[in-house]
Amino acid sequence: MSEDPEDGIVLTEEQKRRRRARSIAIALSLGVLVALFYAVTLVKGPAVLIRPL
Amino acid sequence: MSLASEGAELTRPLGPVLAPAEPSLAGVEDYIALLKPRVMSLVVFTALVGLLVAPGHVHPVIGFTALLCIAIGAGASGALNMWYDADIDAIMKRTVRRPIPAGRILPGEALAFGSTLAIGSVLVLGILVNWLAAALLAFTIFFYVFIYTMWLKRSTPQNIVIGGAAGAFPPVVGWAAVTGDVSLAPVLMFLIIFLWTPPHFWALGLLSTEDYRRAGVPMLPVVAGPDATRLQILLYTIVLAPVGLTPTLFGFAGLVYGAVALVCGAIMLALAWRVYRERLGPAAASAAKRLFAFSLLYVFVLFAALLLDHVLARFGWLA
Repeated sequence: MSEDPEDGIVLTEEQKRRRRARSIAIALSLGVLVALFYAVTLVKGPAVLIRPL
Repeated sequence: MSLASEGAELTRPLGPVLAPAEPSLAGVEDYIALLKPRVMSLVVFTALVGLLVAPGHVHPVIGFTALLCIAIGAGASGALNMWYDADIDAIMKRTVRRPIPAGRILPGEALAFGSTLAIGSVLVLGILVNWLAAALLAFTIFFYVFIYTMWLKRSTPQNIVIGGAAGAFPPVVGWAAVTGDVSLAPVLMFLIIFLWTPPHFWALGLLSTEDYRRAGVPMLPVVAGPDATRLQILLYTIVLAPVGLTPTLFGFAGLVYGAVALVCGAIMLALAWRVYRERLGPAAASAAKRLFAFSLLYVFVLFAALLLDHVLARFGWLA
């Protein structure tokens, strides 16, 4: 199976730059979400496990 | 989620709409634009006031989480609105440079982005704060996207009257995030924003009638004409001004808020009366512009006064 580097879509430098910026933004958002859950767990303490249905 | 209007976002020149197979050209700033950050600012502010004036205590981290979820839910509504309204946005001058009509974001990308944020914001609010607030946020997003955007906006001149409910919910969600219930006070805050929406939006409608006509949106000035719109603006403002005083009249706010609401209500009435009287030429346009500009200030000032009044009372600086 030979792979021609010309096959498929080749991103321009601008597209690569924007994709990288989007990836960083997604990573930061996920980091904020993790930090948020961590902080709320600390704040709620044991109460975080008490959930009336 | 709010029906508060926003100015045109002029960031980049128009481009062709991308074919679905092409790599995305979207930058982070385009996704931020999808969230309608200007509208979000009003949503966040009114929700913050609802949260801070609610009785009881909320930990700052929980309060921040609630506000973040409300802001993201509002942004998700904006993104879904832009996804559905891309055809209209491409025709109207005010919206033609939004990311989808400008070809920087594909409709499918906006749909996926908006749906993910909508579901995520509701779930996180429910898990980390409480499920009543989450249910109210979910209903707000549903109302804005399905009832206002998909149904009312294109079918009735009462679109922004009924749809205005979506923009009026954030302080109720903020209140519910603290108390876990809904009482008279958040309902009054809801009513103020609900009744404020028609004069605010129709003032803009008077200035953009041609735009709405070309796009086929049945805004009141397009369907009933500018004079009928002016009368409706005046009538809604006549109802809004006393409703703005109800937090003080019902004992939920003090005299500081009452005085501010009285003055601001009187100014709104004076400006609405001017819109009603001035019907021709630059004077008519100027009257509509002034009402539009002041109406934005009105809701910010009233909610800021509500917060100030509450702070003064809480720290015992007010009898």
